[in-house]
Amino acid sequence: LASLVVVGAGPAGLRAAAAVVAAGLRPVLVDEGRQVGGQGYRAPSPGLALDMRALMGSEVGKYQRIHALFARIRDQIDYRPETLVWAVQEGVLHVASDGRTGTIPYDALLLATGARDRVVPLPGWTLPGVFSLGGAQVVLKDQGCFIGRRVVFLGSSPLLALVARQYHQLGADVAAVLDTTPLAAKLSAWRDLLASPRTLARGLADRARLGGAGAMMLDGVRPLAIGGTDRVESVRFIHGGAEKAVSCDAVGLGYGLASETQLAELAGARFHFDPVFRQWLPQIDRDGRAGPGLYLAGDGAAIGGADTAEASGALAALTVLADLGRACPERDRARLRRQVERLRRFQSGLARAFAWPAGQAAALSDDTLVCRCEAVMAGEIRAALAAPLGPREINRVKAITRCGMGRCQGRFCAPALQEIVAAATGRPVAEVGRLRGQAPVKPVPLDLGVDA
Amino acid sequence: VPGTLARVLDRLRWAREGDGRRRSAGRVPAALPTGQLVPAVPRDGGAIDLSVDGVLVEAFAGESVLAAVLRHRRALRRCEFDGAPRAGFCLMGACQDCWVWVGDDRRVRACTTLATDGMAVRTGLSGEGPPIG
Repeated sequence: LASLVVVGAGPAGLRAAAAVVAAGLRPVLVDEGRQVGGQGYRAPSPGLALDMRALMGSEVGKYQRIHALFARIRDQIDYRPETLVWAVQEGVLHVASDGRTGTIPYDALLLATGARDRVVPLPGWTLPGVFSLGGAQVVLKDQGCFIGRRVVFLGSSPLLALVARQYHQLGADVAAVLDTTPLAAKLSAWRDLLASPRTLARGLADRARLGGAGAMMLDGVRPLAIGGTDRVESVRFIHGGAEKAVSCDAVGLGYGLASETQLAELAGARFHFDPVFRQWLPQIDRDGRAGPGLYLAGDGAAIGGADTAEASGALAALTVLADLGRACPERDRARLRRQVERLRRFQSGLARAFAWPAGQAAALSDDTLVCRCEAVMAGEIRAALAAPLGPREINRVKAITRCGMGRCQGRFCAPALQEIVAAATGRPVAEVGRLRGQAPVKPVPLDLGVDA
Repeated sequence: VPGTLARVLDRLRWAREGDGRRRSAGRVPAALPTGQLVPAVPRDGGAIDLSVDGVLVEAFAGESVLAAVLRHRRALRRCEFDGAPRAGFCLMGACQDCWVWVGDDRRVRACTTLATDGMAVRTGLSGEGPPIG
C-alpha cells in the first residue's frame, strides 16, 4: 500500500487529505501548527472569547467548513500536529516534534507549505512594535491581541484593508492604511480582478468601511522611515509630493506574500522566475506535479489565496491518486483545473494592483538594515558588490555579506536583496540567481532525541 | 435585531467620540500601559503562574509565550550585533526573531510556544545575557 504524506494543514493540505480519505486511503498529515487551519483560517486558542463570525466576515462559512472537514476526517488520517519537517531526502521526511526527531517515509509527497509575508525593509523596521501584516492578523485570531494601541498598516497588499477592517471592527484604533501602489495601477488591473468578482467586492467593501470610519487611507505612498528609539512612535512618508508623518505605536508591514518553498526544493522541485510575482517559484504542471512522487498545492506552489489553496489541494490529491493507478473521475479534475486557472488569473491581477515596489527596494538608503538576523545594511551589500572581483551571484553575495545567512534563512531579506543586487550590477533581477534553501529548513536544537 | 442595533449605535457613538469613550464602555479591556500587545477580547482560560525575568506576571492558559510576555513588556530580546531591542516580527514561526529562554535554559521561539503553569521566562533584556552552552 502506497504511503501518502501531506505536509501543511491549511486549506490546501486539508482539502488534499480529505480527497485521499474519500478514495479509501489513510494519509499522513504533518503540520507545524498546534491547530489546523494554517494562517488564514487559524482558530482562536482555547479560552479566547473571540467572535470569529465578526472577524471572518463573509468568509466565515469557508472557515467553518474547513474546520468541520477536519473534524470529519480526523479519525481517518494519521495526524501529526506540532511537527516540523526539517529535511527531505530520498523519499524520507525528517521530522522534529516535542524534542524528538524521527522519519516518515513516503511514496507520494504533497506539500502544502503556505506562505509568509514579503516585505520591503525601511529604516526602523526592526523596532519593537513593527510586525508583519500577516502576523498582525494571526496574533489577533490566535491570541486575541492587537499589535498595539494605535496601528498603521503599511505596504502593498489587498490584506492591508482586510486586516485594518478586522482591527477596526474589534475596536482597535487604526491610524492609517498606507499603500505604496498608486490608484491608477489598481484601476488598470480591473480585467483580471473581475475573474473573482466576489473577492473584488469584498476588498472594495473593506476599503469603503475604513474610509467611512475616518481612517487615513492613502495610495501611492513612498515610505521614508519608522520613527522611534526603543519602540515605534511614528511612520514618515511622502504622499502627493509632501512629507507627512502619522503617530502610532505599532506598524503592520506587508507587500504581498512569498511562497514557502524550502521543502519543495529539498524534495527535488525545479524553479523558475515568475515575472508577475517577481519571485522564484517551483515548477509544477497544471495538476500540481513537481517531479516524480512530488506534488505541490496552495500558496506554497504560487500565491493564490485560500480559495485557490482549497481547489489546488483537491486537484493535486486527485492527481496523486490517478498517478497511483486509482480510479479518479476526470470530470472532477477538469472542474478543479478550470477553477484554479480562473483564481490564478485573479491573483495575477492582484499582483499588479498591489505591486511589489522593486524600485523602492533597489533604492533603499545605505543605512537601511536589510537582514534582521545578521544586521546587514544595504550599504554593506553595495560595498561588497563594488569591490574588485566582487560577487555577482546572489548566493556569493550571501556568503560574503552574511545577508540571508541568518536564522530565518533569507525568508525576509531575500526579496529586497535580489533587487539591490540586480540594480547595483545592472542586470535583470531574474539573472542574479536564487538563494538556495538548506536543511534544516528551520533551526532545530542539537540535542533532539532520536525516535527509532 | 436589538443586539445588532445596539452594536451599530455603539459604533456610531465611538466613531464620534473617539478612543477614550470606547475604553470606558468596556469594549477594549484595560491593558497594562507597559505592554506592546493589547487584548482585544477577554480570556476565560484559567490564570497560570508565569514569571518574566523573575517577576510574576498575569498570564492565562492558551496564551503563547510571546503574547503573555508582550502584554507586559515592549521587547523579548536584543539583537546580537547592535544590542537594539527586538519584539519578534512575523508572529508565525518563520523569522526566528522572538527567541527567549525558558526553564532550565531551553531556548524557544516565543510565538509558537505555549505558556505553561510555573514557566520561568528569561528575555534577552534581563541583563543576565543568555546562558552559555
